[in-house]
Amino acid sequence: MPRIGVFICHCGHNIASTVSVEEVAKFAATLPGVVIADHNLYSCSEEGLNSIRKSIEQNKLDRVVVAACTPRTHEPLFRSVCEQAGVNKYLFEFVNIREHCSWIHAKEPSSATEKAKRLVAMGVSKAALLEPQTEGESNVIPAALVIGGGLAGLRATASLAAQGIETHLIEKEPRLGGLLNDITTLAPYSESADTLLQELVDEVRGSKRAHIHLNSKLRGLTGFVGNFKATLDEAGKKKEIEIGAIIVATGANELQPEGEYGYGSVPGVVTQLEFERTLKRGEKPGDTVFIQCVGSRQPGREYCSRICCNTSLKNALKVLEAGGTATIIHRDIMSYGTVWEEMYRKASEKGVRFIRYTLNDIPHVRSHASGTAVDVFDETLGERIHLDANRVVLATPLISQKDSAEVGKLLKVPRDKHGFFLEAHVKLRPVEFATDGVFICGTARWPSSVRETLSQALGAAAKAAIPIKRGKVVIESITAWADPDKCAACGNCVASCPYEAIEILEQDGKRVAKVNETQCKGCGTCVAACPNDAMQQRGFTTRQLSAMIDSLVKHALEESP
Amino acid sequence: MTEFKPTILAFCCNWCSYAGADLAGVSRLQMPTNVHVVRVMCSASVKPEYVMKAISQGIDGVLVLGCHIGDCHYMTGNHRTAKRIPVVQKILKDVGIDEKRVRLDWVSAAEGEKFQKVITEFVDEVAKLGPNPLREVAF
Ligand SMILES: Cc1cc2nc3c(=O)[nH]c(=O)nc-3n(C[C@H](O)[C@H](O)[C@H](O)COP(=O)(O)OP(=O)(O)OC[C@H]3O[C@@H](n4cnc5c(N)ncnc54)[C@H](O)[C@@H]3O)c2cc1C
Ligand code: SF4
Ligand code: SF4
Ligand code: FES
Repeated sequence: MPRIGVFICHCGHNIASTVSVEEVAKFAATLPGVVIADHNLYSCSEEGLNSIRKSIEQNKLDRVVVAACTPRTHEPLFRSVCEQAGVNKYLFEFVNIREHCSWIHAKEPSSATEKAKRLVAMGVSKAALLEPQTEGESNVIPAALVIGGGLAGLRATASLAAQGIETHLIEKEPRLGGLLNDITTLAPYSESADTLLQELVDEVRGSKRAHIHLNSKLRGLTGFVGNFKATLDEAGKKKEIEIGAIIVATGANELQPEGEYGYGSVPGVVTQLEFERTLKRGEKPGDTVFIQCVGSRQPGREYCSRICCNTSLKNALKVLEAGGTATIIHRDIMSYGTVWEEMYRKASEKGVRFIRYTLNDIPHVRSHASGTAVDVFDETLGERIHLDANRVVLATPLISQKDSAEVGKLLKVPRDKHGFFLEAHVKLRPVEFATDGVFICGTARWPSSVRETLSQALGAAAKAAIPIKRGKVVIESITAWADPDKCAACGNCVASCPYEAIEILEQDGKRVAKVNETQCKGCGTCVAACPNDAMQQRGFTTRQLSAMIDSLVKHALEESP
Repeated sequence: MTEFKPTILAFCCNWCSYAGADLAGVSRLQMPTNVHVVRVMCSASVKPEYVMKAISQGIDGVLVLGCHIGDCHYMTGNHRTAKRIPVVQKILKDVGIDEKRVRLDWVSAAEGEKFQKVITEFVDEVAKLGPNPLREVAF
């Protein structure tokens, strides 16, 4: 009989506010093979992990089940605790009662608790049949791919190349730099965007290890961490490269207004990026009115783009310096933190006028004999104000890159509802995707300032360098093998394997299927193809999966009233 | 009369549909509590026998979810799935079980909303079919 320990996680309130964790633990204790069922406030915290480790040792557990979040982010952590306590990491089973239960059944606590019990029972039934495995290793291709040649991609490329790693940077446009190309100076310290960009481009161009591919896009990707094969379209030519890690730095776009506030019809109405371009050309701004949150923080696009308030503050100060007047019409000024708040204070002191509006009564922009006019109801004064302006600058948010869906699909990485890429875990794995070997930085993740973009790029480069510097990645032991006693050498599996990893060979005078384990990727296609139940996949054997089905039948059907 | 709540088993491949289910969770998309996800590496590893076993033991509906065609992490794995599951449906139909109790669909890692939609629709559909007639036989 196995000795199974079950640990149910509260995840603070994330699970426990919906699922009765105590009740699930009490139920788990009654399942066959379970010698201890406990619950932890945060299983993945130092304290939680220690208590699991102690429990494994004290109760001489040989199987561990954790019911918590998702194996896609947390499995390695719990597996390593098992190993520390002397239990082979393949004797660990993860049950997802957060993403697949408490979070999606927030209003049905009792049904969710019952479901969590069934999921735990299924996990325990599989755990009882788990077997220890030993892992193989595979070599890592010592090269990296960075997608997107804006600030984030350039910084990441420079950093990887400086670490001696061959790095391919692909940029879909004919020039590097992304958004920075159109920006004048960079708040809060007024560095020239051109200078920063030039320094970075020089660093990348000067490196023997960095390979720039302009007019290039990713067209296909196969493989795994350490061994990816990417197909590029470089200026119409197909090119294949092999890499060990990938960084996504595809940036963002400025939202184009659709005629709001006279955009496209009233002269002098521009977006922030267009305004930056006029400043870059040396045009005098004159009297300028900035309208904030155009197309953001409203139903449909609720998020705050984070950089637009600061950009308007920066440019309002520039307008004053050039002898114009500057008015910022806003819904709240989001100049968070120390330096940006300082800039807000400076803008107020120097005479930038701030007027607050609400969504119920938005400013009105129209043509006027001497230029452009803005009528706005000032929330604070409680009166309608008329402003004359040479320019009206619309602060539209950064939105996700047009082709981010395509990139997400190729790399099999998720995006949020606004199309920005989603990291594996906000706090535990901020620049990583759940897919091993793929990383994210810059405004492709979320609107961010130059400083934030740079730190993320350095973080992603440091993370991407880990497998490459190690030179080896562990291959999960989820490969297939055929039971020679059951195999009839029919060859079905051979034909089904997408990797040609199976051969029929002579063994002890009998012809049987043999899986080449270094070639097997662990998809299990052959298992389903085998008519004799001879082919099995480690960690997903037919006995283990059948036991899960039996367990669901037992707990959902037989024991339900 | 209390409303019939079917019991549903869902096989989700690790790379797309399980990740899509996770995204649905992260996005707090609400859905019925009847569906039990089993993680497999690829939809192509789902043996037709599992589906038959579940249905013959009284499970009301089985979902097999994988990556969209062309996106399978194992290149052509889900091409097999796309061939196998219709065969299972046909066998079920031949023995008088409504083939709508088994559904194959594709949910990518980015499609949390699609996951919610597939789950909700499938639960509705199976609820309309009523309890699996083999439930009686099974016990
Ligand atoms: C108007 C404005 C003013 C700003 N002012 C300031 C400021 O004063 N201070 C400050 O700190 N920050 C400022 N920012 C923010 C700053 O510009 C960003 O943080 C930074 O430029 C983001 O860099 P990035 O590399 O993430 O994105 P991007 O600059 O968007 O670069 C992404 C690159 O990837 C390429 N790409 C996209 N998709 C693909 C693909 N599929 N294949 C290949 N290549 C692809 C794009 O062509 C682009 O070159 C401002 C932003 C705006 C819009
Ligand atoms: S598990 Fe997949 S890769 Fe491995 S032998 Fe079977 S079909 Fe081939
Ligand atoms: S499909 Fe099964 S029985 Fe046929 S050769 Fe492969 S392992 Fe042997
Ligand atoms: S990995 Fe998702 S269907 Fe093959």
